[in-house]
Amino acid sequence: MAGIPHDHYEPKTGGEKWLHSRLPIVALIYDTIMIPTPKNLNWMWIWGIVLTFCLAMQIVTGIILVMHYTPHVDLAFASVEHIMRNVNGGHMLRYLHQNGASLFFVAVYLHIFRGLYYGSYKAPREITWIIGMLIYLLMMATAFMGYVLPWGQMSFWGATVITGLFGAIPFIGEPIQTWLLGGPAVDNATLNRFFSLHYLLPFVIAALVAVHIWAFHTTGNNNPTGVEVRRTSKEDAAKDTLPFWPYFVMKDLFALALIMVVFFAIVGFMPNYLGHPDNYIEANALATPAHIVPEWYFLPFYAILRAFTADVWVVMFADWITGGIIDAKFFGVLAMFGAIAVMALAPWLDTSRVRSGRYRPMFKWWFALLCVDFVVLTWVGAMPAEEPYATISLIASAYWFAYFLVILPLLGVIEKPQAAPATIEEDFNAHYGATSGTPAE
Amino acid sequence: MMRKIAIAAVAALTLSGGAAMAAGAAGHIEDVDFSFEGPFGTFDQNQLQRGLQVYTEVCAACHGLKFVPLRTLADEGGPHLPEDQVRAYATQFEIFDPELDDFRPRTETDHFPESNLSNAPDLSLMAKARAGFHGPYGSGLNQLFKGMGGPEYIYSLLMGYTGEEKVEAGTTLYENTAFPGGWIGMAPPLYEDQLEYADGHSNSMEAVAEDVSAFLMWTAEPKMMARKQTGFIAVLFLSVLTVLLYLTNKRIWMPVKRKEKNA
Repeated sequence: MAGIPHDHYEPKTGGEKWLHSRLPIVALIYDTIMIPTPKNLNWMWIWGIVLTFCLAMQIVTGIILVMHYTPHVDLAFASVEHIMRNVNGGHMLRYLHQNGASLFFVAVYLHIFRGLYYGSYKAPREITWIIGMLIYLLMMATAFMGYVLPWGQMSFWGATVITGLFGAIPFIGEPIQTWLLGGPAVDNATLNRFFSLHYLLPFVIAALVAVHIWAFHTTGNNNPTGVEVRRTSKEDAAKDTLPFWPYFVMKDLFALALIMVVFFAIVGFMPNYLGHPDNYIEANALATPAHIVPEWYFLPFYAILRAFTADVWVVMFADWITGGIIDAKFFGVLAMFGAIAVMALAPWLDTSRVRSGRYRPMFKWWFALLCVDFVVLTWVGAMPAEEPYATISLIASAYWFAYFLVILPLLGVIEKPQAAPATIEEDFNAHYGATSGTPAE
Repeated sequence: MMRKIAIAAVAALTLSGGAAMAAGAAGHIEDVDFSFEGPFGTFDQNQLQRGLQVYTEVCAACHGLKFVPLRTLADEGGPHLPEDQVRAYATQFEIFDPELDDFRPRTETDHFPESNLSNAPDLSLMAKARAGFHGPYGSGLNQLFKGMGGPEYIYSLLMGYTGEEKVEAGTTLYENTAFPGGWIGMAPPLYEDQLEYADGHSNSMEAVAEDVSAFLMWTAEPKMMARKQTGFIAVLFLSVLTVLLYLTNKRIWMPVKRKEKNA
């Protein structure tokens, strides 16, 4: 593997050489596990392991759940209750899977915001970032379709609302919606295809995760300073890095275990806290719930979707200039997907030459505001579409776009960044007290 | 900076997650101190048996429990009735058997019957299909301390009748302080001294409402005690693992960090 210079696997015994000349799998594993990793990584660099664990856990629990689940509109809800009541350990499996989705999204949001703060998206890691965004999109699709499977009220009406978004596309919207649903409305055909895709997509995600890891194993990890590992020689690189095993494996496992304590406390003691009570009512096409609310991890983007109502001047302008093709509904859909698109475009929107937010005095504050903005969006997304929530969500949505489209490009020009350390070694030593001025004992 | 932001963000996200449940609250939900609340809360077996009696004598006239297998009445962590009692209890409900082409008494392998009335919802999952305590400001924080509020909703609904009635489109509606919208189609089901408990427990309306709410929590979440036990063991073992991994990690990194300090 290209990248940071380090020791590679050398087959020694005859057996090792025999295998290595035919399939260098040991070398691949060795190079992956022993990859030189910047030694100054902080605790925000643990989410990758948490995410990998989540994917594995969701696949394992999911495969077992499928053994007992029936994807049919008349039987799905009862089969979930069968899992909860009759299957050995079924209630734990299902609660692990259900809350596992929440852990997955907590981790992915922290992972994404870590990247946004430390400039992990910047050259040469744009591909890693884009693959990551694709994984995130697939995660959302998978989670959404998984939520439909229990066939509760929120499953049914959530599916109706979200597929309705595609219906908002001008001219071709309705045929697309019908094609997605497999009929004029959410029904057995919808449930079956969502089930099929919910089983398929995690494996696509797993493949993309491999590419994601491949990409950043080529460029090397970013780190809190944003300063690159020295590649001038193996010795220089070794001063900036430590092998992934055992240093970061142990660190990550410790963090993962701590997170698992919290996770199992939630699964064991309050497994329905993050869910919606309406989903314990079987789907009924004739009774619309008072408020249709998506799962919490969709709320920020759901808030953006709902923020752009017909009385907002931007929407009125878009409506007028396109002769009504972009109406309020379609504008909302564009805004929702656009909110993710602008995030994916961050590598090209950020004009600053300094990578890490640690050395960007103005950026820090705008980024903090973005974090607050995200939380506010999550909150208003769960609120009914009325004042004052409508105005709050409009302001919060506007900031989301302003951050990526205006603030990131401008800051690079007007901000005077602080000096980053010359090397990772310097940063690491500064933390652990070994500057050149410190006398030896 | 990043660390503070991260902690704040996690905290806020976890909390605002509860906001997902915020919508739809309307009525007043009374907080009841149920025995099964909190990480160590357990079902009170006697209370579940009393609740079963209330369900059988009052609720079952209209409502069903179609997802609940009758045999689970014998389960530990539930009403834990002796098996012969469960068998005897089951026979009071009939079921159509396609093989016999006739009705027969239910056995313990059958489920409870479905609702008798089309507009009486099935109660199997009602305690999880309803919630209370959505505040403050829709954050769902209160649920962390008071519980999700499902059984409390049932209790509050049973106790929430004001005595006011009105007729709308030929249907009598009863004013209820817990029901969203304030008017419910179900006539007040409970009254004082309605039934006698064999164990001599108070049969006041409050006690009866509490007992049946607890029973319906069990029908909705029959594996609650097993789940909490698993959760407790998992948290315990994972905590030990966390400490061990912390020490391992510290030990592994010590030479790296110490060497730098002494360089």
